[in-house]
Formats: sequence, structure tokens, C-alpha cells
Amino acid sequence: MSAVATAGSGSGTGSGRRKSKLGWNLLGLLVFVTAGFPVYWMLNTAFKPAKDAIDPDPSLLPTGLTLSNFSRALDIADFWGPVGRSLVVSLAVVAIGVVVGMLAALAISRFAFRGRKIVIVGILAVQMVPLVAMIIPVFLLLNDLGQYDRLTGLIITYLTFILPFTVWTLRGFIVNIPKELEEAAMVDGCSRTGAFLRIVFPLLAPGMVATSVYGFIQAWNEYLYALMLLSQKNQTATVWLGNFTTKHGTEYAPMMAGATMMAVPIVVLFLLVQRKMAAGLTAGAVKG
Amino acid sequence: MSAADTTTPAKVPPPRSAPPPPAPQRPRVKRTSGTAGTPWLLLAPCLLVLLLVMGYPLVRLVTLSFQKFGQSQLWGFQPAESVGFENFTKVLGDGEFWAVVLRTIVFAAGCVIFTMVIGMLIALLLQRVSGWVKTLVNIALVASWGMPVIVATTVFKWLFDADYGILNAVLSKLPGVELIGHNWFASGPQGLAVIMLLVVWGAVPFVVITLSAGLTQVPKELEEAARLDGAGSWGVFRYVTLPVLKPILVMLTTLSVIWDMGVFPQVFVMRNGHPEAEFQILTTYSYDRAFVVNDYGQGSAIALITVLLLLGVVAVYMRQMLKIGEVE
Repeated sequence: MSAVATAGSGSGTGSGRRKSKLGWNLLGLLVFVTAGFPVYWMLNTAFKPAKDAIDPDPSLLPTGLTLSNFSRALDIADFWGPVGRSLVVSLAVVAIGVVVGMLAALAISRFAFRGRKIVIVGILAVQMVPLVAMIIPVFLLLNDLGQYDRLTGLIITYLTFILPFTVWTLRGFIVNIPKELEEAAMVDGCSRTGAFLRIVFPLLAPGMVATSVYGFIQAWNEYLYALMLLSQKNQTATVWLGNFTTKHGTEYAPMMAGATMMAVPIVVLFLLVQRKMAAGLTAGAVKG
Repeated sequence: MSAADTTTPAKVPPPRSAPPPPAPQRPRVKRTSGTAGTPWLLLAPCLLVLLLVMGYPLVRLVTLSFQKFGQSQLWGFQPAESVGFENFTKVLGDGEFWAVVLRTIVFAAGCVIFTMVIGMLIALLLQRVSGWVKTLVNIALVASWGMPVIVATTVFKWLFDADYGILNAVLSKLPGVELIGHNWFASGPQGLAVIMLLVVWGAVPFVVITLSAGLTQVPKELEEAARLDGAGSWGVFRYVTLPVLKPILVMLTTLSVIWDMGVFPQVFVMRNGHPEAEFQILTTYSYDRAFVVNDYGQGSAIALITVLLLLGVVAVYMRQMLKIGEVE
């Protein structure tokens, strides 16, 4: 953009450009409002008095601030148990997934070996199998293994959809790191492992963080397997939120409070990591 | 200079074949002896997990679809008996099944197309807005991306609520529109349109953010050159931006097809765990057969058909994906 600005000849005057920018900005604001409205409305409903939530002529602005919906949401069913279980499952899946996925990604991106293509096809193919299609045999398998209603069963199951994604994404990040950097390090006397640890790994870190966060969120958000593979007393956070709709009809204000409690930590985490994801991976690597 | 070097490494293959003289031998030998086993060693844990928890159930899915497997087999009262193609003939001979297939394809195609087009437009728009607008849009996008699907579904349920939903209230303010009490889920197509909106809303951020990152890799020099040669905005997009983005677009479309054909919780939760006939898509239909009707054999057959259908849809993309892999 700066290149355009400096190269711009006399044709585009300052005010003209500002005017065209204004149009784009308005459009951008429209996108902001549309994309953000559901989130805003969730927060708005969560914090407004319950009886304002069922006003037939609802006000778009906040009508008052109350936390009663939150205490009502916490009352309806145990909240911290499901959240704790979700955390354990998601963290375990990400930790295992990134380590195992990293090794596999290295193998298929940095080594030429016989069978590499078959492995890539296999991993891609696994990614294409819709998770929902597998629920029947997985349910029966875990039932046979005595892993029904166990968190370990759920963790292993989640790995099957986190792993292919992790491998494929990390592979993309690794491929983006010029091989020349590693080769230069090896010419300078680094071993292959040393070159990886000192050169590739630091450049890969943002990509790994991004992949981990994405995997964490995928595992945290999963619903069907958590619903089918765990009993009511061992339910995870997503299933906990599902309970609202079935048991207590349409108690919308506490439900939005519950939704807020579930979504906000995840969204905040996401916002924090977003910058790292946006940072160019190899920007400046060759120059330095 | 150096920036230009980083953007076009692939075009100029470096002709360095001769390694520097000092110590070329030892690392050489080490490397060649290591390469045979190393990649497989690295792959082993990943392949093991996938084979165990994906391979076995996949095989079981196939065998199940050729068996009579109901409640009594689940509890072990009766052994599962093979019934040949009976499950498939029953499923394929059912008119309802074909309605479900058609509904699923229309639904998924709509989701993918809207997601990709809207995502591309927003990514392009973000290049043209001021910094603060970009930040605002990004925050909204990341917020909606990070929203758990179940949360998003319950929020949309609330937005579209017949009596107290904000959407009906706001739309009814428009002259000539009277939507108070309108139930969006009374008819299948309308309800599925709402669910499609929900899916697209949740999927667009990933597309925008990935494409935005891709757009920064479009060489400015190329855009400028095209512009100097008289290309308009569309020309620059069609002949410069699009070819550079093609690998990313292929990847995003592939993933969108997979995800949108596999939509489940949105429909399931939106319909309170019991989707009506008009809302059934392949995933919920298979679930219904297995866990509600307790016919795991037929449920598996439907799931298997879904997988095959999906492989057909995505096979074209997969070939392209491998082509990209080869170039690298």
C-alpha cells in the first residue's frame, strides 16, 4: 500500500483518495457490525435483567447491568466440573497432537523417501473422512474396550481429527521456511538435528502456537463425540451448554450467560495469539 | 534486493551442486545412512494413532454396513450376522434417502460458495480500509471464529426466536414487514437457510484470515507492473492475485467441502436433538438410523455412502493438492 502511495502520480489528489477510503471504511464497518452482532447480542442478553430479555420490543442497547443470569446459569447444573474435563481433554489432545504431528510433518516435508506420497495421500484421506460418519464404529469400539465414559477414550478419539490437521498445517509452515537456511547451517557445521533446533524450530514456533491454538479450540468445541462417548455425569462444557436447551425450555438469558462464560476465555485466547499468527514467518530471516 | 530474493526463490534454481571442500564427507555419510529409516521413525507415532483409532473403526464401519446389528447385538445377546448388501439396498431403495442426499448437497454447496465468496470479498476489502477499521473487523472475525459451535448455535437460536428474537423485532420495524411470532423453523428450507447462515458466519473468519495472510504474499511489483500495463482492478485480481492465491484457495475450498458436508451439531442442537424429517441431512440421518432407530448396520451404510460421496467430490481437489506438494 505504501508502494502505491509513493508511486502515485498527480492523478489521485489527497481528498479524492480520502473520499474513496471513506466508502471502503463504511463498508468495513458494515462487515464489523454484521459479523460482531451475534457476539454483541449474546453479551447484551447475558448482562441484562432476565425480564428485559423477554421484552416483545427489545432495546438494542444495554438496559441495565446484572450478574443474576450468571448465578442462575451456575445454579442449573454443575459448571466447573464440565469445564475442568474439557480443559483436561483439550490440553492433552493438543500436547500429544503437536509433538506427534510435528515429527510426522518433518518427515513428509524435509525427507525424500519411498512411500512419502502414499503417506501424504493417507493423511489427506483421513482428514476427509467426516467425523460424524465414524461415530458408530468408534462408539462400539470404545464400548468393547471399556473406554466408554472415560476421558482417555475421548482424548484418543479427538487425536484422529486433530492429528491430520496438525500434520498438514505444520507441513505448510515448514515448507515455507527456505531449505537454504538449514543447508547453510549444515554447511557451517551444524548436524541435521542441530540445524532443525537452531534454525527451523524458532521460525516454526509461531506456526506451532497457531496450530496448537486451533487444535485446542477444535477439541474444546467438539460436541457429538463428547455427547455420545461420555455419560451425563461426565459431560464436557459443550454438552453442558446443550443441557440448557433441553431441560429448561427457553430460559434464554441464563443460557446466554452460560454461553458467554464458555466463549469468552476461548475468544480472548484466540485474540491474544492472533498477532503471532499474523506475523510473517520468515520475514527478515534471510536478511538477518 | 533481499526482499525480491525471498519472493522468487523457486523461479531461479540455485546451481550449487558442489559442496565446500573442508568437511563434506562426514555429514554426507551420516545423512545418507540416516535417511532410510529416519522419516519412518518420525512418522511412526502418528501412523500408529491413526491406524488404531481411525483405521480400525473405518474397517468396522465397512463390516458393520454388511451386518444386521441392532440392540441385541449391541448388548451381546446375539452375534452380528452378515446380511450382504441388504442394508444398502434398503437405504438406496428409500425415497427419503435420496431427498436427504439432495438436501445435503444443496446445503453444503450453498455453505461453501457463500463462505468462499464472502471470505474473498472481505479479505480484499480489508486491504483497502484504514488501519482502525481493519482492527475492528479483525476483532469481530476472530471473536466469531473462536466462538464454540454450540455457543454460536444457541446464540442464533436466540436471535431467530419466534417470540422474543431480536431479528423478528427489528425486521418488523421495517414498513410492511410483520414477522413478530414468525417461526423460522416451521419449514425445512427456511430453517436450513438460517442454519446455513450460522455455518457461513462461523466459517468466513478462517477464510478471511487465511486469505489476508496470502494476500500479503502477492508481490507488489507484479501488481504494479500489471497496473502499468493497463490492467484494471478486476484484471489485477484475475491475472495476478488469483493465481498467487490459488493453492490457498484450493486448500480452503477442500476443507470447506469436508466441513460443510459434515455439519452436524448446528442442525442437531438447533432442532433440540430431534431434527424433523425436513431438516435431516446425511449426517443426522445416519445418526438417527443408528442411535434412535437402533439399526447400526443401516446407519453405517449411510455413513459409508456419505464418505464415498465426499471422496468423489474432493478427489479432484486432492489431485491438485498433491501437485502443489510435488512442486515444493
